[in-house]
Amino acid sequence: MAFAAFATTEAQPQAPRKRSRIALLLLLPGILYLVLFFLTPLISLLLTSLQAPSEFGDIGMYDYAFNWQNYVDVVNAYWPHILRSFGYALAATVLALVISYPIAYFIGVKARRRPLLQSLLLVLVIAPFFISFLLRTLAWKQILSDESIIITSLKALSLLAPDAYFTGTPFAVIFGLTYNFIPFMTLPLYTTLERLDTRYLEAGSDLYANPVTVFRKVTIPLSMPGIVAGTLLTFIPAAGDYVNASRDFLGGPDTQMMGNVIEANFLVLLNYPAAAALSIILMAAILVLVGVYVKRSGTEDLL
Amino acid sequence: MSGEAQAGAVLGGLAGSEELEQRRPPQAPRRRRVGLGDWLLPVYVTIAFVFLLIPIAYTFVFSFNDSIKSNISWRGFTFDKWLNVCNVEGGAVCEAFGNSIVIALVSTVAATTLGTMIAIALVRYRFRARSAISLLLFLPMATPEVVLGAGLAAQFLAVGVPKDMLTIILAHTMFCISFVVVTVKARVASLDPALEEAGRDLYGSPRAVFWRVTFPLLVPGIMAAALLAFALSFDDFIITNFNSGSVTTFPKYVYISASRGIPAEANVIASAVFILALAIVVIAQVSRAARAKRLANAAG
Repeated sequence: MAFAAFATTEAQPQAPRKRSRIALLLLLPGILYLVLFFLTPLISLLLTSLQAPSEFGDIGMYDYAFNWQNYVDVVNAYWPHILRSFGYALAATVLALVISYPIAYFIGVKARRRPLLQSLLLVLVIAPFFISFLLRTLAWKQILSDESIIITSLKALSLLAPDAYFTGTPFAVIFGLTYNFIPFMTLPLYTTLERLDTRYLEAGSDLYANPVTVFRKVTIPLSMPGIVAGTLLTFIPAAGDYVNASRDFLGGPDTQMMGNVIEANFLVLLNYPAAAALSIILMAAILVLVGVYVKRSGTEDLL
Repeated sequence: MSGEAQAGAVLGGLAGSEELEQRRPPQAPRRRRVGLGDWLLPVYVTIAFVFLLIPIAYTFVFSFNDSIKSNISWRGFTFDKWLNVCNVEGGAVCEAFGNSIVIALVSTVAATTLGTMIAIALVRYRFRARSAISLLLFLPMATPEVVLGAGLAAQFLAVGVPKDMLTIILAHTMFCISFVVVTVKARVASLDPALEEAGRDLYGSPRAVFWRVTFPLLVPGIMAAALLAFALSFDDFIITNFNSGSVTTFPKYVYISASRGIPAEANVIASAVFILALAIVVIAQVSRAARAKRLANAAG
């Protein structure tokens, strides 16, 4: 899995020390590419975030400077978006975890002895990946729009207030994020649960633990690596997402997240320093959160 | 985005894993006890899958809608949109689709080549900057796409590179490399060293052993990585949006047209891609399951 994949770094049994020239040749092009197109852009972003407007320039012209004020300005202007991003992402992550865990448990543990069923269920979990992310989100918008059958019939049954609406609300954005990231949560959970040795669960019940206690004290701790990987894989993209929260999709004017303001500042307002400062804040916040979370959850070897 | 590495792992009926069987812990005979979980869980899972598949079904159904401009309300069934995909808006949908395919193909080849080389080096060789390199490969997957996109756009802006097809390809190759490394690395690590030893014992030169033994064994993993890279690139919107200038890809077309209504032709393309991808994966999965069963039977 993505996050655990780099865990097994050391202890390569029979790695020969010779021929390090070949290793260099194999590594160099790819690493150079990442330095050029991943690392340097981050530095560009940092430099851009400190730029000041050109004195005699047009809109969208900036000079390199050391303008810390940009950070203060964007935090003052966009603190609701910043809080919203992390709030929505957190809500979507928790919801996705609660929804996905039973699915992953069923595929990984209950369906274990039927490989065909297991394979087909896994295909169904990733099936949403095969249809455009944007069209999926738009489909929900139309299914849950004010004129849709679902909403009108809920209103006819008085289960929903006549003036109630769904799209454009924070609830709709969280719903969209949850839906879109369920596969990202389910797959790592499945990977760990699939390896869960059920004899531990039996040992638990043999020691007179009730099913709830077995689940809490045995299943959950054993599936911790999957929970950590899944929550990270959901939280990080959800916090940076701006499709769900966009006005043309599930969001409204009051649901804009950091991604929306970064996009608007960069591509519409041409306020590059503000967009860059917000990106740096987003990235720094995520790195700190991920670091703390991985430390607290006791799965440091993931990184 | 990173979750799609998982998708790659699943796509990898192609990544093939006979080792799947050994990984599975032995099972104690199960005691028969009919509990709540026996019916509640399957019912829940069924509902969850219906929920997961609703938007897909919706997109598919509305590709047959006899819509005029926007494809929001149902106006009747027609095959027209499937037969005349490219006739809407002067072929804008098809042009965007074509761009997406070209971009995905080129970045897949580039990322798969670079990533495979890194994966082989990481597993097979010892070198000093190992942890730094691992970190450099991990970070792009832990960075939100909007930051990756804005960063590259800021760099292109600073250097004065105009945004076009090339900048999109450069961006896609960048974020695909790490996923290729993860996928191929797993395959390299699971290779049986005895097979290469056999090659050497038969006086194969290092080069011959690599190309005649190692590489063919890696092909399923490389194929899975390439499919994953293709899927990631094809469906990417956020990074593309920052680095595309006036070039339109399929996701970008959907995003731009969202405010004025998407023509049913977009649903046709998405549905066709879906069916194709699903067919590939189902075939791979079924053949893997069949192989696993055969192996299990052979083992007694």
